[in-house]
Amino acid sequence: MLLRLRLVVILLAGIGAMPAAERLTISGSSTVQPLVAEIARRFEERHPELRIDVQGGGSSRGVVDVRSGRAHIGMLSRAPTAEERDLKGTIIARDGIACIVHRNNPLTGLTSVEVADLFTGRTASWQALTGIDRSVVIVSKAEGRATLELFLAHFRLKADQIRAQVVIGDNAQGIKTVAANPDGIGYVSIGAAETDIAAGVAIRLVPLDGVTPTSAAVADATWPLARPLTLVTTGSPSATVQAFLTYAASSAVDDLIIDLAFVPPPR
Amino acid sequence: MRRWPDRLLVLSTRGAAVAAASVLALVLGIVLVGAMPALARGGAGFLTGANWSPTTGSFGAWAMIAGSLATAGLALAIALPIGFGCGLASGWILTGAAASSLRALIMVLAGIPSVVLGLWGLTTLVPLIARWHAPGTSLLAAGLVLALMLVPTIALIVDATLRTVPAEQRVAAAALALGRWSTLRAIAGRACRDSLATGGVLAVARALGETMAVLLVAGNVAALPDGLFSPVRTLTGAMALEMAYATGEHRAALFVLAGIAVALVALVLVLLRASGLRPALGAAHA
Amino acid sequence: MRKLDLMLRDQALLGVALVSTLALIGASTWLVIDLLVTAWPRLGWHLLWQAPARAGRAGGLSSILVATGAIVAIGLLLAAPLGIAAAVALSEARSRWADVVRTSLDLLAGAPSIVLGLVGLLLFGDLLGLGYSLATGGLTLALMVLPLVIRFAEVGIRSAPAEQRAAAAALALSRWTTLRRIVLPAALPSLAAAITLSIGRALAETAALVFTAGGSDRMPTSWADPGRTLAVHIYDVALNVAGGDASAAAAAVVLLAILLVVQVALIVCLRCGRSR
Repeated sequence: MLLRLRLVVILLAGIGAMPAAERLTISGSSTVQPLVAEIARRFEERHPELRIDVQGGGSSRGVVDVRSGRAHIGMLSRAPTAEERDLKGTIIARDGIACIVHRNNPLTGLTSVEVADLFTGRTASWQALTGIDRSVVIVSKAEGRATLELFLAHFRLKADQIRAQVVIGDNAQGIKTVAANPDGIGYVSIGAAETDIAAGVAIRLVPLDGVTPTSAAVADATWPLARPLTLVTTGSPSATVQAFLTYAASSAVDDLIIDLAFVPPPR
Repeated sequence: MRRWPDRLLVLSTRGAAVAAASVLALVLGIVLVGAMPALARGGAGFLTGANWSPTTGSFGAWAMIAGSLATAGLALAIALPIGFGCGLASGWILTGAAASSLRALIMVLAGIPSVVLGLWGLTTLVPLIARWHAPGTSLLAAGLVLALMLVPTIALIVDATLRTVPAEQRVAAAALALGRWSTLRAIAGRACRDSLATGGVLAVARALGETMAVLLVAGNVAALPDGLFSPVRTLTGAMALEMAYATGEHRAALFVLAGIAVALVALVLVLLRASGLRPALGAAHA
Repeated sequence: MRKLDLMLRDQALLGVALVSTLALIGASTWLVIDLLVTAWPRLGWHLLWQAPARAGRAGGLSSILVATGAIVAIGLLLAAPLGIAAAVALSEARSRWADVVRTSLDLLAGAPSIVLGLVGLLLFGDLLGLGYSLATGGLTLALMVLPLVIRFAEVGIRSAPAEQRAAAAALALSRWTTLRRIVLPAALPSLAAAITLSIGRALAETAALVFTAGGSDRMPTSWADPGRTLAVHIYDVALNVAGGDASAAAAAVVLLAILLVVQVALIVCLRCGRSR
């Protein structure tokens, strides 16, 4: 038994002792993470000596990690803010955000004012909008998330004005929650909603101010509520980092972007 | 002890025991260090304020303490009788292959990860509850999903304890023409009580520590629950939701929540010790 | 009438047992069927050896299984020797000191895993500089399962037959020999149970491991690389990637299958232990 134990220890030490390839660490938004992970996989195929690790944690984490040197590249699901001017951003895709309701909800569209009223609790029943007398169930993101910030900015609201009945973390949780709730209304990535609707999930996208939310509308900028998925770096990035950024922003990864339900950036 | 290898053995095993004990101290220390910035500023306000809004700087934890206690309490209330019933079935009433199969099923259920249960709860239970009373993601949903996780724990302990009752005693009771209830009460009464207490304590500790399943079905609104159907946020859910990107004071506040969560579990354990019943954890998974 | 009262209680007892069992069987069957139905399009043996593709919606789970195995191995390699050694000391001690140790372990066992995950991140990730890695995840897992291992080891050690210990003492065998030849073999079934439960714990942990082992779904090549366990993968694919439901459910099915295999292995081990 002791002999076997010794062998296992040697084996493990051996695994640990493998020469480390050049490593690239990318961290940040969990929305962008799946896309960058797939781009990284393709990039690694072209550069076999390279190893890229992609972590989630949120857009703010991406900023913190890039500034502290823990990551080479940060992923943001928004544009850098005024306080983040020290970071250089590369847009790799665009993502639109729209309101979703349950499939059985007869709502035909909302105006910006109606959205603000719904989410601040001023309109508490569906009566005025659809004639159905049921309480509105607001599904909103947890404070600090980039999607929430974008939503607040567009409708000129503050975080503490939102009266939510359900608070969620990630995108698909929002979709699942609204699909579970006939009176629910939430806001999610358009691409994610389109993918799930095609798969039969019980939700519907809601037009805003007369514009129908589709990926095409995001692509030609007729849909106003959109965000750039951005990769940020600080200082002067190495040649490898630069090469990765160039690759991620090129049209070679368009199929990956579309596969994950985002929109390729305007070029 | 004459020989030095023996001395070494005793020293190293004692050292290991001390190291194991100090792990807890280490954990508590780190939580304290992480929480310091927020404690220094907020003090006891943490425990009494009910408004949790990190972006505006208010960190009242009371809503989440209530959330954790309510979900754990509801889950326990549902799981204790059902767990007892299942343990009774597999360890006392059924025998042979039927008992083993039931026990196997319970063990399988015990192994289902909380993420899977939470997802199932979100896609199946929540719509059902929503039809009854919106929004569906609620204290009730969290309690039900948690109960599903706790039932196997309680059932296995009750089962293990009941199976230690010697067969001769049951035969003697049968010879005396005692009915089921009388037999159980006379022979296994203390065993039932002890196993329910142990199971209950383990279950509450698990419920208070559970994160993922509750996060998906509880609604996560940081406000005091005012009924079975209102959304709740637990201490652990709050940490999971915001920890990854919290910085500075917000992060310290989350560490305070962590400390409170550990304190609640400690309280439960202390209550158990005070009641005189010692948790027989070894019987938990036999 | 007393007799009627007792008869009613008998029926009630049976009733409680029956209703509970039916509820349990009903809920589990419902869940497993739902899971299998959702997972159906993505089930297949390829899950075991293909790498994940399309953010987990295609391909298999190879890198994730390897990462899970590595984290469990690291955790157990640390917790088992330390735990067994501590249990040996505890089983022989009768003082208050031993009670203090046991109480602190009870508390550690009850601590919420997300708290232990945070501690692991700060302690192993930041302080020891391991960052997001299998090592950090494994060490954190060790924190979580240590009380379990010690408790089970103690039970196992105590189950060593007293006559054999007495015989060893009479023959003036050293402690080490007694330990190796008599006590540890007797403790083997309990230890096997502890290992099974630890594996179960590792497979179920989500939040704690996201904070420590990271979220990368690549095949790890050393203990310093980040990696994902099955539960973390299920969470990410179901909640972070559009259209990932079937893949998440399929991963859940694989997870349950692994648990079943481990469970069966445990029962076999116990039988072997008993037939010695």
